[in-house]
Amino acid sequence: MSVWSDFRKAFGGFFVTARQMIRTVRGTGLVTTQYPNEKRVKPQRFHGRHVLNRYPDGMEKCIGCELCAGVCPSRCIYVRGADNPEGERVSPGERFGFVYEINMLRCIFCGLCVEACPTEAITMTQFFEFSTTDREDAIYTKSELLVDEDGTPTHPQADSPLIDLNELKLADGWLRATSSSGRAAYEGVVAWTPSAGAGTRSPETGQSSELLMVEQDSTVQPDALAVELHEVDTEDRTGGSP
Amino acid sequence: MTGLETFLTAVIKVVIAFGLLLNITVVLVWFERKIVADMQNRLGPVRAGPYGLLQTVADGLKLMFKESVTPRKVEFALYIAAPVAALLPALLIFLVIPIGKPFTLGDRVIDLSGTDLNVGVLYVLALSSLAVYAVVLAGWSSGSKYPLLGAVRASAQMISYEAAMGLALVPVILYTGSASVSSIVDQQMLSRTILGLNIPVWNIVLVPSFLAFFVAGIAETNRAPFDLVEAESEIVGGYHTEYSGFRFALFFLAEYINIFNISALTTVLFLGGWHGPGIGISGPIGWILPIFYFLAKTTVLIFVFVWVRASLPRMRYDQLMSFGWKRLIPLTLLWIVCSTVGIGLSRFGLPWG
Repeated sequence: MSVWSDFRKAFGGFFVTARQMIRTVRGTGLVTTQYPNEKRVKPQRFHGRHVLNRYPDGMEKCIGCELCAGVCPSRCIYVRGADNPEGERVSPGERFGFVYEINMLRCIFCGLCVEACPTEAITMTQFFEFSTTDREDAIYTKSELLVDEDGTPTHPQADSPLIDLNELKLADGWLRATSSSGRAAYEGVVAWTPSAGAGTRSPETGQSSELLMVEQDSTVQPDALAVELHEVDTEDRTGGSP
Repeated sequence: MTGLETFLTAVIKVVIAFGLLLNITVVLVWFERKIVADMQNRLGPVRAGPYGLLQTVADGLKLMFKESVTPRKVEFALYIAAPVAALLPALLIFLVIPIGKPFTLGDRVIDLSGTDLNVGVLYVLALSSLAVYAVVLAGWSSGSKYPLLGAVRASAQMISYEAAMGLALVPVILYTGSASVSSIVDQQMLSRTILGLNIPVWNIVLVPSFLAFFVAGIAETNRAPFDLVEAESEIVGGYHTEYSGFRFALFFLAEYINIFNISALTTVLFLGGWHGPGIGISGPIGWILPIFYFLAKTTVLIFVFVWVRASLPRMRYDQLMSFGWKRLIPLTLLWIVCSTVGIGLSRFGLPWG
């Protein structure tokens, strides 16, 4: 018996590697993917490159309020607002983002700019492959960030086979899960404006709907604090219109 | 054969052997990377060529075109000589290994080995002892501490396991009665009828010798789990830390040729070499089949090399030394005594009988 356990101790590793090899050859154990050819599905709330959105009529959503620049923890956003020119308005507000620059080398992709934005002008996408050969190119200006009049996102190397512009059309899931104020009670409620190209993005089903299901199932006791918070949120929602 | 014919045959053989070894190295590196990748649930090289087969070619070309950086403190002559000294024994060992059945061309019999030395086994042992010089010279002439540490480890390790390797081969020579590699192969052609089956008597019946030789061979080629010589986590690259470009490529080449040599030697000495069913057939099949058997057996052993590398962690230095001196050498000595008694009894009968 002890001879067998000694044998297992000495040669057990060989069986582990052999088993893993058989799994890999049969195709069940492979953990790597052929990256540029096959891309893994990213999470819905992936924090990728930013875009600046437009309203369906082509107006820019950005009003040059600089809240994104103010909230940015790495101070990588530079915004200068200007009054809308008479006759040819750029945004429906009083002012518009005259200069909008993001230094992608400093950005930490926290998404606080998206949360701060009062008009959902800046959103994050699922696009993350934007390496450059020049530090200057990493500073994205309005011409690269702003989508076209019809909502088509722009990219400096749009022709490259590595660039998937569809990833740039996918807005940040955070925006769709909640309202721009971020309360769980806004689950399923559209509290945002339509965008050019994408229309009104449909709300994401998320945690609070699961919470409701838990409440209906009496056998499962939900987290007391979560239920309390949910009730507070629901009151908040019925109290005032979102 | 006339003198010119002998000369030409030798030249052709050497050129073929050289080309074969270089190509085998290319495939061997790819094979190892693929197998290790499979064992680690990865894909391994897939980009260069079909199934990534050209990956090694690409790496080799890259190394050739890279700058060979020469550190300021090196002893230049020895620093340059060391990679060559590593490669030469590796290439020379292969020359005594018969890779197939001798074939007749007109009235000439040409055996498929570089040369058939009657001291072939001793020649192999002598050359693999020379390989340690390359490591020591590389480590010392680099004028840097990690290569020196690696070289000191390497010399101790290779000398220790050299002894076990030589001792493991003594029963083989006693059993077959010859030190010539090709006659050792021919001895294994003899078959014996056991339980009505015609079973070839390979030298694998000398199991302790086989195991000791193979283990010592892994240590001799500085492969995992005995790769303390180039333990990346401890002493960077070991003896070849200060080498780059084509000089490093030579060390790399030597390592993989050595792996092939040890596997081929184990095949030849213990697994019947190029023998197998159906080698008596005349025509091209009977010519190619032995080479196929030889390569197949060698590939299996190379697979074991890679399997061991993927499975076992690196040994500690004192474990390595105590395993070599306190386990392997006494066991091979004991086995020499036992096998000598056994061979003597079977050949001459009981002394009082």
